[in-house]
Amino acid sequence: MTPKARITPYRDGPILIRGPFTLTDQDGNAIATHRQTVALCRCGRSSRKPFCDGTHKLTGWRAPSGPSAA
Amino acid sequence: MPSLPNPRGPLSDALISALGDRPGALDDPPVPTPADPLGDDDLHLALYVLYELHYRGFDGVDERWEWDLGALALRADLEAVFEAGLRRALAGWTPPDADAATMDLALRQILEEDDGPSLARRLERSGTIAQFREFLVHRSAYQLKEADPHSWAIPRLSGSPKAALIEIQADEYGGGDPARVHAQLFAEALDALDLDARYGAYLDVLPGVTLATVNLMSLFGLHRRHRGAIVGHLALFEMTSSIPNRRYANALRRLGIDDPRATEFFDEHVTADAVHENVAAIDLAGGLARQDPSRAADVLFGARALVELDARWSEHLLAAWDADRSSLAAPAAVGAAIT
Repeated sequence: MTPKARITPYRDGPILIRGPFTLTDQDGNAIATHRQTVALCRCGRSSRKPFCDGTHKLTGWRAPSGPSAA
Repeated sequence: MPSLPNPRGPLSDALISALGDRPGALDDPPVPTPADPLGDDDLHLALYVLYELHYRGFDGVDERWEWDLGALALRADLEAVFEAGLRRALAGWTPPDADAATMDLALRQILEEDDGPSLARRLERSGTIAQFREFLVHRSAYQLKEADPHSWAIPRLSGSPKAALIEIQADEYGGGDPARVHAQLFAEALDALDLDARYGAYLDVLPGVTLATVNLMSLFGLHRRHRGAIVGHLALFEMTSSIPNRRYANALRRLGIDDPRATEFFDEHVTADAVHENVAAIDLAGGLARQDPSRAADVLFGARALVELDARWSEHLLAAWDADRSSLAAPAAVGAAIT
């Protein structure tokens, strides 16, 4: 079976992506990652988008790991 | 390989003299009872040298000293003094409640309760280039072997916490690319700022309060009974990394240094540790608590011990800089090289 990428939102933090994936912009240009597991910004405040830079901790941003209650 | 350092008291004198001799030559030196077991120069230099036998060793020192019974006995005695000091310093601390599902929240609470001064903020806003270089010299005690003390924990873990630790450590070691090894990036930063990037080059100027921060990791890493504490230490370390490293990079740019060799170490840690802190707090620390709930208290102790020693270290640097002094021990010895 071909391994799949795994995408995990972490509590009050970014989205981590592991496994075989490629990261591109909307025009299909590769975004360099340098690492096997990356953290993508989920709060919208990172200054290194699409990557997380930890800013959510300064702003007290909150979100559960699983789906939000409706 | 680094040279043995100069002694800083009777204990380190007895040890360092013996290490120039054959294994077996260490003659039961008296164990000190320092007023400050968390920062005493003689104690922490001796302990650092004993631990270093397990890492890279010293030029001219017989490698069999690593397992010399006299050296190990002395190490155990010094560790007992250090650990008792830690327990005393944290005697008034009430650990937050934590289980596997809430370990990340408990670790965060330890951070939120930390009222120590922010070295990163100070350097970002008003630090001088001389202070930034001093900061790098202090950090060289750990960063030139970055990740190594936590790697001792690998064979002591199993299953999912082990996989989480490996996920972090593989990235610390450059994911297979020697040029991306974090210790190598740090060496490049030292070099770009005209500092000596050789392993151990600054041991003689590092005060006990700095050496204690590294001895803490070696203590936790080298003892299986502290496997919870080394996990907690790593989690807190990663959780306090991405934002301070951004501030350090900002400090360099404010000081007009945009040589990528100087800034890359800090820039790399912003995005790397934004990954690591989640893996460390949730998958590693939470994962260990899930596998073995009896370890949860040790995880929190390791995290809190890091906060304690880091605060003391930061206070030492800031107090020296406030008084317009160097924060290094014996700065005159290498003053020309640092200022």
